[in-house]
Amino acid sequence: MNILNLIKIAIKALLRNKSRAILTMLGIVIGIASVIAMVSLGQSSTLSVKNQLSSMGSNMIMIMPSNQMRGGVNLGFASAKSLNERDLKSIRANARYVAAITPMVNSSAQLVFGSNNHPGSIQGVDACYLDIRKYELESGIMFDENDVKKFAKVCVIGKTVAKELFTNGENPIGQTVRFGTIPMKVIGILKSKGQNQMGQDQDDVVLAPYTTIQKRFMAITHYNMLFASALSEEQSEMAATEITYILRSTHGIANGSDDDFEIRTQEELLTTMSSITGMLTILLAAIAAISLVVGGIGIMNIMYVTVTERTKEIGLRMSIGAQNRDIMMQFLAESVILSLIGGVIGIIFGLLLSYAGCTLLKWPYVVSQTAIALSFLVCAATGIFFGWYPAKKAANLDPINALRYE
Amino acid sequence: MENEIIRIENLRRTFRVGNEDVHALKGISFTIYRGEFVSIMGTSGSGKSTLLNILGCLDKPTSGEYNIDGVSVSSLSKNQLSTLRNRKIGFVFQSYNLLARTTALENVELPLLYNNEISTKERHERALAALQAVGLENRMHHLPNQLSGGQQQRVAIARALVNDPVILLADEATGNLDTRTSYEIMTLFQQLHQQGKTIAFVTHEPDIAAFTTRTILLRDGHITNDCAIEPKSAKEALESLPVSDDY
Ligand SMILES: Nc1ncnc2c1ncn2[C@@H]1O[C@H](COP(=O)(O)OP(=O)(O)OP(=O)(O)O)[C@@H](O)[C@H]1O
Ligand SMILES: [Mg+2]
Repeated sequence: MNILNLIKIAIKALLRNKSRAILTMLGIVIGIASVIAMVSLGQSSTLSVKNQLSSMGSNMIMIMPSNQMRGGVNLGFASAKSLNERDLKSIRANARYVAAITPMVNSSAQLVFGSNNHPGSIQGVDACYLDIRKYELESGIMFDENDVKKFAKVCVIGKTVAKELFTNGENPIGQTVRFGTIPMKVIGILKSKGQNQMGQDQDDVVLAPYTTIQKRFMAITHYNMLFASALSEEQSEMAATEITYILRSTHGIANGSDDDFEIRTQEELLTTMSSITGMLTILLAAIAAISLVVGGIGIMNIMYVTVTERTKEIGLRMSIGAQNRDIMMQFLAESVILSLIGGVIGIIFGLLLSYAGCTLLKWPYVVSQTAIALSFLVCAATGIFFGWYPAKKAANLDPINALRYE
Repeated sequence: MENEIIRIENLRRTFRVGNEDVHALKGISFTIYRGEFVSIMGTSGSGKSTLLNILGCLDKPTSGEYNIDGVSVSSLSKNQLSTLRNRKIGFVFQSYNLLARTTALENVELPLLYNNEISTKERHERALAALQAVGLENRMHHLPNQLSGGQQQRVAIARALVNDPVILLADEATGNLDTRTSYEIMTLFQQLHQQGKTIAFVTHEPDIAAFTTRTILLRDGHITNDCAIEPKSAKEALESLPVSDDY
């Protein structure tokens, strides 16, 4: 029998029992819809994490001093001071894959303006910090090399800080705020970046020249951290290696000894986060897949009923020349059509569901073509797998017994 | 010899039921030639259906030789038997066995669906012609439950004819019908016979067997009688039925 007639006959048989076909399909619809929804939502969350991470900075590389064990003695305090101007200069001079690098020194202090105050910290950085962290100025200017050289008492503040301190609608720019006892002039305001992935407010920042913090606030010569950015995402790994090499040589670390610093690239962070969301997606999809199996068993059940009900029809078809294969194909076609139609409806529902979810969670909406194509395959496979035994049972009937069946 | 349609030799069929063997056919031999209209008679349980199932290639003999249209059946596989049934045999059942919720025309088309050499167009044409041959062309879009028993059996006969079989096999084809309708069906069989069809017809009613040209009598798995007879005309018998029989 040719395929067209096979499909026609199968559809006709299904239409004879519409409500049953629809109920059977429902199992597949729910299964596929949940798989599609889970996979799409998973991909959306991965994408959202990626977007947020990359908004944290451009190909960022963080260099931190690390606590060192040497000969069983914790050199923590000493090694925390391991990053200094020599390192910065050496990297600036020698690194080829590093686009920009800035030191960072942190000091926590109470900010005061008039009667308003705001607890927070002040970060001493270089001007290139804005580029590395993808901050932009909304108004005013960023401090420059000259300010760094002269330990200028100037600062650039984020939106949250501005809101907290300047409650009477003053223009913050040009105003002087106090950090503890030190007065600083506000020269710029940063554009809002909102919260980052970890829920931190990225607008709660105060930036000042790092030299100012070092000399005037803390009286130190080392840095707390270095922030660098690689020339491109692909080169961040190489940049990290390069920095490691340079720092080991400036710190005079012998071969075989451990680094006294730690390097984290944005890429690493991304991979870690992605692998977490990826695992979650797989877990959820696997749970959803169970409902697909249940749907498949529903198909199998109904196909068994159908075969038994139509034993006499099978006997007749065999007696007029249907071969085992024809009977088998006839019932397989029914179960495959059942699961494919269920699959199409399930895909539509799944996409709607994930769209609703993404809108609710403010995640980017991704339609995964692979998931859709895969769903189709899975549906066809479900139809064949769960339709196989009932169809086999039908095809193996003995024509005389089948004809006599009441 | 080329006029031999069916030749069986020493055909046996034994069923195993539990630990016992039931010998339904105990060595049967006969030949049916082209153009014969054979009735197979016998009491209930004498082995008529068993024989007809073997002739129709639905069942295989336990031993013995069976040739249909020059083909030795015993060597054929299950699929080859299916093809043989599809091309050479037309089967008519006592209980019609039409597909429910399927029109008369589609029911008649069914055997041709399993023959890939036949196009959709040819299938329609041949099904229509078969329905015309049984006088039901004006009922072709009716469903089985919209047809009388006699009409349903006519559709079934059309279905048996549509593949132009070498032999038409009928197992108590009039068993479910009243006398008048039975005679109408026999009139149809006689017409087909006159057009050259070979027919083997199982019945246990002697007045039905009287419309055929040869009667084979079975008893307890043996042939007890096999003789040519002068057929009565079913048409005349139908006309001579009293009108009172009509209620
Ligand atoms: N599948 C089977 N299994 C076991 N025994 C069977 C089977 N089919 C038929 N028989 C036996 O074979 C014998 C002949 O049966 P068959 O059906 O051929 O009789 P029949 O002549 O057609 O009778 P009826 O006129 O009642 O239809 C019976 O004794 C029956 O019990
Ligand atoms: Mg019988």
